[in-house]
Amino acid sequence: MTLRVLPYGEDAVLVEPADPGRVLALAAAARDLPGVREVVPAARTVLLVLDDGQSPDGIGDALSHAAADRGGEREIRGDEVVLDVHYDGADLADTAAEVGLDADGLVRRHCAGGYVVAFCGFAPGFAYLTGLAESLHVPRLPQPRTRVPAGSVGIAGEFTGVYPRPSPGGWRLLGHTDAALWDLNRIPPALLTPGTRVRFRPA
Amino acid sequence: MIEIVAPGPLATVQDLGRSGYAALGVPRSGAFDRAALRLANRLVGNVETAAAIEVTLGGLVVRLADAATVAMTGALCRGNLDWGAAVSVPAGTTLRLDPPAAGVRSYLAVRGGIDVDAVLGSRSTDTLSGLGPSALRAGDVLPVGRAEGEVSGTTVGPNATPTALSVRFGPRDDWFTPAAQSRLVGAEWVVRSDSDRVGIRLDGPPLERSRTDELPSEAVLPGAVQVPTDGRPIVFGPDAPVTGGYPVIAVLTDVDHAAQLRPGDVVRFSRRTGA
Repeated sequence: MTLRVLPYGEDAVLVEPADPGRVLALAAAARDLPGVREVVPAARTVLLVLDDGQSPDGIGDALSHAAADRGGEREIRGDEVVLDVHYDGADLADTAAEVGLDADGLVRRHCAGGYVVAFCGFAPGFAYLTGLAESLHVPRLPQPRTRVPAGSVGIAGEFTGVYPRPSPGGWRLLGHTDAALWDLNRIPPALLTPGTRVRFRPA
Repeated sequence: MIEIVAPGPLATVQDLGRSGYAALGVPRSGAFDRAALRLANRLVGNVETAAAIEVTLGGLVVRLADAATVAMTGALCRGNLDWGAAVSVPAGTTLRLDPPAAGVRSYLAVRGGIDVDAVLGSRSTDTLSGLGPSALRAGDVLPVGRAEGEVSGTTVGPNATPTALSVRFGPRDDWFTPAAQSRLVGAEWVVRSDSDRVGIRLDGPPLERSRTDELPSEAVLPGAVQVPTDGRPIVFGPDAPVTGGYPVIAVLTDVDHAAQLRPGDVVRFSRRTGA
Protein backbone atom coordinates (compact mmCIF):
# COMPACT_ATOMS: atom_id res chain seq x y z
CA MET A 1 0.00 0.00 0.00
CA THR A 2 1.31 3.44 -0.89
CA LEU A 3 1.30 5.84 2.03
CA ARG A 4 2.89 8.98 3.44
CA VAL A 5 4.23 9.19 6.98
CA LEU A 6 4.05 12.70 8.44
CA PRO A 7 5.83 13.71 11.65
CA TYR A 8 3.66 14.34 14.71
CA GLY A 9 5.75 15.50 17.65
CA GLU A 10 8.03 13.21 19.63
CA ASP A 11 5.98 10.06 19.93
CA ALA A 12 3.46 9.91 17.12
CA VAL A 13 3.18 9.83 13.33
CA LEU A 14 0.30 10.66 11.00
CA VAL A 15 -0.10 8.16 8.18
CA GLU A 16 -1.89 9.10 4.99
CA PRO A 17 -2.69 6.32 2.50
CA ALA A 18 -2.75 7.29 -1.19
CA ASP A 19 -6.19 5.66 -1.37
CA PRO A 20 -8.50 7.22 1.27
CA GLY A 21 -10.66 4.08 1.10
CA ARG A 22 -7.88 2.20 2.86
CA VAL A 23 -7.96 4.13 6.15
CA LEU A 24 -9.83 1.43 8.11
CA ALA A 25 -7.61 -1.35 6.75
CA LEU A 26 -4.57 0.71 7.68
CA ALA A 27 -5.91 1.33 11.18
CA ALA A 28 -6.55 -2.39 11.68
CA ALA A 29 -3.04 -3.25 10.48
CA ALA A 30 -1.55 -0.57 12.74
CA ARG A 31 -3.25 -2.02 15.83
CA ASP A 32 -1.30 -5.25 15.29
CA LEU A 33 2.10 -3.55 14.96
CA PRO A 34 4.48 -3.84 17.91
CA GLY A 35 5.41 -0.56 19.58
CA VAL A 36 2.12 1.15 18.72
CA ARG A 37 0.18 2.34 21.77
CA GLU A 38 -2.86 3.95 20.21
CA VAL A 39 -4.40 4.11 16.74
CA VAL A 40 -6.81 6.89 15.77
CA PRO A 41 -8.38 6.72 12.31
CA ALA A 42 -9.92 9.86 10.80
CA ALA A 43 -11.27 10.95 7.41
CA ARG A 44 -8.12 10.43 5.31
CA THR A 45 -5.43 9.60 7.84
CA VAL A 46 -4.51 7.36 10.75
CA LEU A 47 -2.61 8.67 13.79
CA LEU A 48 -0.25 6.23 15.47
CA VAL A 49 0.87 6.99 19.01
CA LEU A 50 4.06 5.04 19.67
CA ASP A 51 5.33 3.47 22.87
CA ASP A 52 7.84 5.53 24.84
CA GLY A 53 11.23 5.44 23.15
CA GLN A 54 9.86 3.72 20.02
CA SER A 55 11.47 5.22 16.90
CA PRO A 56 9.16 6.12 14.03
CA ASP A 57 11.86 5.03 11.57
CA GLY A 58 10.66 2.23 9.34
CA ILE A 59 7.09 2.36 10.61
CA GLY A 60 5.80 3.34 7.17
CA ASP A 61 7.30 0.25 5.51
CA ALA A 62 6.13 -2.06 8.29
CA LEU A 63 2.63 -0.65 8.10
CA SER A 64 2.55 -0.72 4.34
CA HIS A 65 3.43 -4.43 4.30
CA ALA A 66 1.03 -5.28 7.12
CA ALA A 67 -1.83 -3.44 5.43
CA ALA A 68 -1.13 -4.95 1.99
CA ASP A 69 -1.82 -8.38 3.45
CA ARG A 70 -5.28 -7.40 4.60
CA GLY A 71 -8.42 -6.87 2.55
CA GLY A 72 -10.13 -3.57 3.31
CA GLU A 73 -13.56 -5.20 3.35
CA ARG A 74 -12.57 -7.35 6.30
CA GLU A 75 -12.40 -4.29 8.53
CA ILE A 76 -16.10 -3.58 8.01
CA ARG A 77 -18.11 -5.66 10.42
CA GLY A 78 -20.91 -7.97 9.33
CA ASP A 79 -23.36 -6.97 12.04
CA GLU A 80 -25.42 -3.93 11.22
CA VAL A 81 -26.83 -1.40 13.66
CA VAL A 82 -30.27 -0.18 12.63
CA LEU A 83 -31.28 3.18 14.09
CA ASP A 84 -34.96 4.12 14.22
CA VAL A 85 -35.27 7.83 13.49
CA HIS A 86 -38.10 10.27 14.10
CA TYR A 87 -37.57 12.55 11.09
CA ASP A 88 -38.68 15.77 12.77
CA GLY A 89 -35.38 17.69 12.70
CA ALA A 90 -35.22 21.48 12.70
CA ASP A 91 -33.35 21.54 9.38
CA LEU A 92 -35.34 18.84 7.54
CA ALA A 93 -37.50 21.15 5.42
CA ASP A 94 -34.74 23.65 4.57
CA THR A 95 -32.24 20.94 3.70
CA ALA A 96 -34.76 19.10 1.54
CA ALA A 97 -35.47 22.30 -0.38
CA GLU A 98 -31.74 22.92 -0.80
CA VAL A 99 -31.18 19.52 -2.41
CA GLY A 100 -34.34 19.76 -4.54
CA LEU A 101 -36.47 17.23 -2.67
CA ASP A 102 -39.48 17.31 -0.40
CA ALA A 103 -39.10 16.14 3.19
CA ASP A 104 -40.32 12.61 2.40
CA GLY A 105 -37.89 12.35 -0.47
CA LEU A 106 -34.98 13.40 1.74
CA VAL A 107 -36.01 10.86 4.41
CA ARG A 108 -36.25 8.09 1.80
CA ARG A 109 -32.82 8.90 0.46
CA HIS A 110 -31.26 9.10 3.93
CA CYS A 111 -32.79 5.71 4.79
CA ALA A 112 -31.71 4.14 1.51
CA GLY A 113 -28.02 4.46 2.32
CA GLY A 114 -25.86 1.70 3.78
CA TYR A 115 -23.40 3.50 6.06
CA VAL A 116 -20.09 2.60 7.67
CA VAL A 117 -18.46 4.30 10.68
CA ALA A 118 -15.28 5.81 9.26
CA PHE A 119 -14.05 7.25 12.55
CA CYS A 120 -15.11 8.82 15.85
CA GLY A 121 -14.23 12.33 16.96
CA PHE A 122 -15.67 15.66 18.10
CA ALA A 123 -17.08 14.04 21.27
CA PRO A 124 -17.06 10.61 22.92
CA GLY A 125 -19.12 8.24 20.76
CA PHE A 126 -19.68 10.71 17.92
CA ALA A 127 -19.29 8.57 14.79
CA TYR A 128 -18.69 9.97 11.31
CA LEU A 129 -20.66 7.71 8.92
CA THR A 130 -19.67 7.47 5.28
CA GLY A 131 -21.95 6.31 2.49
CA LEU A 132 -24.17 9.40 2.32
CA ALA A 133 -25.64 9.87 -1.17
CA GLU A 134 -23.67 12.54 -2.98
CA SER A 135 -26.90 14.44 -3.70
CA LEU A 136 -27.22 14.96 0.08
CA HIS A 137 -23.78 16.51 0.58
CA VAL A 138 -24.54 19.94 2.02
CA PRO A 139 -22.29 22.28 4.00
CA ARG A 140 -22.58 22.67 7.76
CA LEU A 141 -24.82 25.40 9.10
CA PRO A 142 -23.20 28.84 8.74
CA GLN A 143 -23.61 29.33 12.51
CA PRO A 144 -23.41 26.25 14.72
CA ARG A 145 -26.14 25.80 17.33
CA THR A 146 -24.99 26.27 20.91
CA ARG A 147 -26.94 23.19 21.98
CA VAL A 148 -27.99 20.15 19.98
CA PRO A 149 -30.03 17.54 21.91
CA ALA A 150 -28.70 14.01 22.43
CA GLY A 151 -29.82 11.57 19.72
CA SER A 152 -30.06 14.25 17.01
CA VAL A 153 -29.42 12.80 13.56
CA GLY A 154 -27.62 15.14 11.20
CA ILE A 155 -25.75 15.47 7.94
CA ALA A 156 -22.78 17.65 6.97
CA GLY A 157 -20.52 17.38 3.96
CA GLU A 158 -19.89 13.75 3.06
CA PHE A 159 -20.99 12.49 6.51
CA THR A 160 -24.09 11.64 8.47
CA GLY A 161 -24.06 11.00 12.21
CA VAL A 162 -25.84 11.12 15.54
CA TYR A 163 -25.01 13.41 18.47
CA PRO A 164 -24.43 11.05 21.42
CA ARG A 165 -24.97 13.70 24.07
CA PRO A 166 -26.13 17.31 24.18
CA SER A 167 -23.42 19.54 22.73
CA PRO A 168 -22.89 22.50 20.44
CA GLY A 169 -23.04 21.48 16.79
CA GLY A 170 -23.24 22.71 13.22
CA TRP A 171 -24.71 19.73 11.40
CA ARG A 172 -28.09 19.91 9.63
CA LEU A 173 -30.57 18.15 11.88
CA LEU A 174 -32.92 15.75 10.09
CA GLY A 175 -34.42 14.01 13.13
CA HIS A 176 -33.66 12.17 16.32
CA THR A 177 -33.27 8.63 17.60
CA ASP A 178 -33.92 7.19 21.06
CA ALA A 179 -30.99 4.77 20.76
CA ALA A 180 -28.28 5.14 23.42
CA LEU A 181 -25.24 6.12 21.39
CA TRP A 182 -23.03 6.43 24.48
CA ASP A 183 -23.43 4.32 27.61
CA LEU A 184 -20.64 4.04 30.16
CA ASN A 185 -22.16 0.79 31.46
CA ARG A 186 -21.57 -0.85 28.08
CA ILE A 187 -18.29 -2.18 26.70
CA PRO A 188 -17.38 -0.37 24.56
CA PRO A 189 -19.47 2.62 25.66
CA ALA A 190 -19.84 3.80 22.05
CA LEU A 191 -22.63 2.07 20.07
CA LEU A 192 -20.96 3.05 16.80
CA THR A 193 -17.26 2.20 16.53
CA PRO A 194 -15.01 2.44 13.46
CA GLY A 195 -16.00 -0.23 10.93
CA THR A 196 -19.59 -0.66 12.19
CA ARG A 197 -22.26 -0.82 9.47
CA VAL A 198 -25.30 1.38 10.08
CA ARG A 199 -28.73 1.83 8.53
CA PHE A 200 -31.46 4.35 9.37
CA ARG A 201 -35.19 3.66 9.19
CA PRO A 202 -38.21 5.83 10.01
CA ALA A 203 -39.47 5.17 13.56
CA MET B 1 -11.24 12.27 53.45
CA ILE B 2 -10.67 15.71 52.00
CA GLU B 3 -13.37 18.33 52.21
CA ILE B 4 -13.35 21.10 49.63
CA VAL B 5 -13.95 24.37 51.46
CA ALA B 6 -13.33 26.54 48.37
CA PRO B 7 -12.21 25.33 44.92
CA GLY B 8 -10.73 28.61 43.65
CA PRO B 9 -11.24 29.44 39.94
CA LEU B 10 -11.07 25.76 38.92
CA ALA B 11 -9.98 22.66 40.80
CA THR B 12 -10.34 19.18 39.33
CA VAL B 13 -9.26 15.64 40.10
CA GLN B 14 -6.58 14.54 37.64
CA ASP B 15 -4.37 11.52 37.05
CA LEU B 16 -2.44 10.62 33.90
CA GLY B 17 -5.66 10.46 31.87
CA ARG B 18 -7.50 8.01 29.62
CA SER B 19 -5.51 6.19 27.05
CA GLY B 20 -6.79 3.64 24.59
CA TYR B 21 -10.17 5.22 23.87
CA ALA B 22 -9.24 7.94 21.38
CA ALA B 23 -10.69 5.88 18.51
CA LEU B 24 -14.08 6.16 20.27
CA GLY B 25 -13.71 9.94 20.46
CA VAL B 26 -12.52 10.05 24.07
CA PRO B 27 -9.87 12.72 24.81
CA ARG B 28 -6.82 11.86 26.88
CA SER B 29 -7.58 14.44 29.59
CA GLY B 30 -5.47 14.02 32.74
CA ALA B 31 -3.09 16.46 34.38
CA PHE B 32 -2.03 19.31 32.08
CA ASP B 33 1.42 19.33 33.73
CA ARG B 34 2.05 15.60 33.99
CA ALA B 35 5.60 16.00 35.27
CA ALA B 36 4.37 18.08 38.21
CA LEU B 37 1.67 15.51 39.02
CA ARG B 38 4.19 12.65 38.89
CA LEU B 39 6.49 14.59 41.16
CA ALA B 40 3.76 15.30 43.73
CA ASN B 41 2.83 11.62 43.76
CA ARG B 42 6.45 10.58 44.16
CA LEU B 43 6.94 12.93 47.11
CA VAL B 44 4.07 11.36 49.07
CA GLY B 45 4.98 7.81 48.04
CA ASN B 46 2.10 7.24 45.60
CA VAL B 47 2.26 5.34 42.34
CA GLU B 48 2.58 7.79 39.47
CA THR B 49 -0.91 6.93 38.21
CA ALA B 50 -2.56 8.11 41.46
CA ALA B 51 -5.02 10.99 41.24
CA ALA B 52 -4.39 14.39 42.79
CA ILE B 53 -6.10 17.79 42.74
CA GLU B 54 -5.17 20.09 39.86
CA VAL B 55 -5.53 23.65 41.15
CA THR B 56 -5.93 26.50 38.67
CA LEU B 57 -4.52 29.87 39.79
CA GLY B 58 -4.64 28.89 43.46
CA GLY B 59 -7.59 29.78 45.65
CA LEU B 60 -8.10 26.22 46.86
CA VAL B 61 -9.00 25.68 50.52
CA VAL B 62 -9.37 22.11 51.78
CA ARG B 63 -9.92 20.54 55.18
CA LEU B 64 -8.32 17.20 55.91
CA ALA B 65 -10.59 15.07 58.08
CA ASP B 66 -7.78 12.66 58.94
CA ALA B 67 -4.06 12.98 59.54
CA ALA B 68 -2.43 13.01 56.11
CA THR B 69 0.79 13.41 54.20
CA VAL B 70 0.46 15.89 51.36
CA ALA B 71 2.66 17.56 48.76
CA MET B 72 2.24 20.52 46.46
CA THR B 73 4.03 20.92 43.10
CA GLY B 74 3.63 22.93 39.88
CA ALA B 75 2.93 26.66 40.06
CA LEU B 76 4.10 28.01 43.42
CA CYS B 77 1.17 28.99 45.62
CA ARG B 78 1.97 30.54 48.94
CA GLY B 79 -0.42 29.87 51.77
CA ASN B 80 0.05 27.66 54.79
CA LEU B 81 1.66 24.64 53.12
CA ASP B 82 5.35 24.28 52.30
CA TRP B 83 5.82 23.86 48.60
CA GLY B 84 7.63 20.93 46.91
CA ALA B 85 8.04 18.53 49.83
CA ALA B 86 6.01 15.86 51.60
CA VAL B 87 4.39 17.40 54.69
CA SER B 88 2.55 15.45 57.39
CA VAL B 89 -0.36 17.27 58.97
CA PRO B 90 -2.74 16.34 61.79
CA ALA B 91 -6.45 15.58 61.41
CA GLY B 92 -8.57 18.69 61.03
CA THR B 93 -5.90 20.73 59.24
CA THR B 94 -7.12 23.34 56.78
CA LEU B 95 -4.81 23.98 53.83
CA ARG B 96 -5.01 27.23 51.91
CA LEU B 97 -3.35 27.93 48.55
CA ASP B 98 -2.94 31.57 47.59
CA PRO B 99 -2.90 32.56 43.91
CA PRO B 100 0.55 31.94 42.38
CA ALA B 101 2.64 34.91 41.27
CA ALA B 102 3.57 33.01 38.10
CA GLY B 103 2.34 29.87 36.41
CA VAL B 104 -1.20 28.49 36.47
CA ARG B 105 -1.50 24.89 37.61
CA SER B 106 -0.49 23.38 40.94
CA TYR B 107 -0.94 19.81 42.10
CA LEU B 108 -1.97 18.81 45.60
CA ALA B 109 -1.25 15.13 46.14
CA VAL B 110 -2.24 13.24 49.26
CA ARG B 111 -0.60 10.04 50.35
CA GLY B 112 -2.91 7.23 49.16
CA GLY B 113 -4.26 9.24 46.22
CA ILE B 114 -7.73 10.71 45.61
CA ASP B 115 -9.88 7.60 45.39
CA VAL B 116 -12.95 8.66 43.39
CA ASP B 117 -14.43 6.14 40.94
CA ALA B 118 -12.53 5.73 37.69
CA VAL B 119 -14.32 6.22 34.38
CA LEU B 120 -12.75 4.41 31.42
CA GLY B 121 -9.63 3.73 33.43
CA SER B 122 -9.09 7.25 34.77
CA ARG B 123 -10.25 9.48 37.64
CA SER B 124 -9.63 12.62 35.60
CA THR B 125 -12.22 15.34 35.05
CA ASP B 126 -12.57 16.01 31.33
CA THR B 127 -13.88 19.57 31.22
CA LEU B 128 -14.92 19.33 27.56
CA SER B 129 -16.58 15.94 27.22
CA GLY B 130 -17.88 15.72 30.78
CA LEU B 131 -16.27 12.36 31.60
CA GLY B 132 -15.04 11.70 35.12
CA PRO B 133 -15.97 13.60 38.28
CA SER B 134 -17.37 17.13 38.04
CA ALA B 135 -15.11 20.06 38.74
CA LEU B 136 -14.78 20.40 42.52
CA ARG B 137 -17.28 22.53 44.42
CA ALA B 138 -17.39 23.75 47.99
CA GLY B 139 -18.72 20.97 50.19
CA ASP B 140 -17.44 18.10 48.02
CA VAL B 141 -15.80 15.31 49.99
CA LEU B 142 -13.08 13.23 48.34
CA PRO B 143 -12.09 9.78 49.58
CA VAL B 144 -8.40 9.01 50.03
CA GLY B 145 -6.97 5.64 49.02
CA ARG B 146 -4.64 3.33 50.88
CA ALA B 147 -1.00 4.37 51.13
CA GLU B 148 1.60 1.95 49.87
CA GLY B 149 4.99 3.41 48.89
CA GLU B 150 7.65 5.27 50.85
CA VAL B 151 7.35 8.99 51.50
CA SER B 152 10.25 10.88 49.93
CA GLY B 153 12.45 13.24 51.94
CA THR B 154 13.33 15.22 48.82
CA THR B 155 12.54 18.88 48.31
CA VAL B 156 11.99 20.19 44.78
CA GLY B 157 11.89 23.66 43.24
CA PRO B 158 8.90 25.33 41.56
CA ASN B 159 8.23 25.30 37.81
CA ALA B 160 9.34 28.38 35.96
CA THR B 161 6.99 29.97 33.45
CA PRO B 162 8.29 28.82 30.08
CA THR B 163 9.55 31.50 27.71
CA ALA B 164 9.96 29.10 24.77
CA LEU B 165 8.00 26.04 23.72
CA SER B 166 9.97 23.47 21.75
CA VAL B 167 8.14 22.16 18.66
CA ARG B 168 8.69 19.81 15.79
CA PHE B 169 7.22 21.02 12.52
CA GLY B 170 4.49 19.00 10.88
CA PRO B 171 2.29 17.22 10.12
CA ARG B 172 0.76 20.09 8.07
CA ASP B 173 3.50 22.72 8.00
CA ASP B 174 3.31 22.53 4.20
CA TRP B 175 -0.19 24.05 4.37
CA PHE B 176 1.44 27.34 5.41
CA THR B 177 3.52 29.88 3.53
CA PRO B 178 7.27 29.88 4.17
CA ALA B 179 6.79 33.30 5.80
CA ALA B 180 4.22 31.86 8.19
CA GLN B 181 6.54 28.99 9.07
CA SER B 182 9.33 31.38 10.00
CA ARG B 183 6.86 33.65 11.80
CA LEU B 184 5.75 30.75 14.02
CA VAL B 185 9.24 30.50 15.50
CA GLY B 186 10.26 34.14 15.01
CA ALA B 187 7.33 35.96 16.59
CA GLU B 188 6.35 36.60 20.16
CA TRP B 189 2.98 35.14 21.07
CA VAL B 190 0.73 36.44 23.81
CA VAL B 191 -1.46 34.00 25.74
CA ARG B 192 -5.15 34.88 25.39
CA SER B 193 -7.60 35.03 28.27
CA ASP B 194 -9.85 32.35 26.74
CA SER B 195 -7.16 29.70 27.27
CA ASP B 196 -8.13 26.62 29.27
CA ARG B 197 -7.56 22.87 29.49
CA VAL B 198 -8.85 22.46 25.94
CA GLY B 199 -6.29 24.80 24.45
CA ILE B 200 -3.86 27.64 25.06
CA ARG B 201 -4.96 30.30 22.58
CA LEU B 202 -2.34 32.70 21.29
CA ASP B 203 -2.38 36.18 19.82
CA GLY B 204 0.22 37.38 17.35
CA PRO B 205 0.82 37.94 13.66
CA PRO B 206 -1.62 35.68 11.77
CA LEU B 207 -0.09 32.61 10.11
CA GLU B 208 -1.10 32.57 6.46
CA ARG B 209 -1.93 29.39 4.69
CA SER B 210 -0.53 28.44 1.31
CA ARG B 211 -3.71 26.55 0.42
CA THR B 212 -7.30 27.39 1.13
CA ASP B 213 -9.06 24.04 0.75
CA GLU B 214 -10.64 22.43 3.78
CA LEU B 215 -8.65 19.85 5.71
CA PRO B 216 -10.63 16.63 6.20
CA SER B 217 -10.86 15.93 9.96
CA GLU B 218 -7.79 14.25 11.38
CA ALA B 219 -6.68 13.07 14.78
CA VAL B 220 -5.02 15.58 17.09
CA LEU B 221 -3.09 15.11 20.30
CA PRO B 222 -2.42 17.36 23.29
CA GLY B 223 0.49 19.60 22.26
CA ALA B 224 -0.67 20.00 18.64
CA VAL B 225 -0.42 23.60 17.42
CA GLN B 226 -3.53 24.00 15.32
CA VAL B 227 -4.15 27.07 13.20
CA PRO B 228 -7.82 27.94 12.54
CA THR B 229 -8.85 30.19 9.68
CA ASP B 230 -8.09 33.40 11.62
CA GLY B 231 -4.41 32.39 11.60
CA ARG B 232 -3.94 32.54 15.38
CA PRO B 233 -2.48 29.31 16.78
CA ILE B 234 -4.05 27.18 19.51
CA VAL B 235 -1.86 24.80 21.51
CA PHE B 236 -4.11 21.87 22.37
CA GLY B 237 -4.36 20.85 25.99
CA PRO B 238 -5.38 17.52 27.55
CA ASP B 239 -9.14 18.04 27.11
CA ALA B 240 -8.98 18.86 23.38
CA PRO B 241 -11.24 16.75 21.13
CA VAL B 242 -9.54 13.79 19.44
CA THR B 243 -10.09 15.12 15.92
CA GLY B 244 -9.83 18.57 14.40
CA GLY B 245 -10.57 20.15 11.06
CA TYR B 246 -7.77 22.73 10.83
CA PRO B 247 -4.15 22.08 9.92
CA VAL B 248 -1.61 21.39 12.66
CA ILE B 249 1.56 23.32 11.79
CA ALA B 250 3.73 21.86 14.55
CA VAL B 251 3.56 19.73 17.71
CA LEU B 252 5.13 20.54 21.10
CA THR B 253 7.86 18.17 22.19
CA ASP B 254 6.69 18.59 25.79
CA VAL B 255 3.09 19.50 26.60
CA ASP B 256 3.78 20.04 30.32
CA HIS B 257 5.43 23.40 29.76
CA ALA B 258 2.32 24.88 28.17
CA ALA B 259 0.32 24.10 31.33
CA GLN B 260 1.95 26.98 33.17
CA LEU B 261 1.19 29.70 30.60
CA ARG B 262 -1.24 32.29 31.89
CA PRO B 263 -3.15 34.98 30.01
CA GLY B 264 -0.81 37.82 29.12
CA ASP B 265 2.35 35.69 29.22
CA VAL B 266 4.62 36.11 26.19
CA VAL B 267 6.04 32.93 24.69
CA ARG B 268 8.07 31.88 21.66
CA PHE B 269 8.30 28.63 19.77
CA SER B 270 11.69 27.08 19.16
CA ARG B 271 12.10 24.53 16.42
CA ARG B 272 13.66 21.20 17.26
CA THR B 273 15.07 19.08 14.47
CA GLY B 274 16.91 15.77 14.34
CA ALA B 275 16.67 12.93 16.81
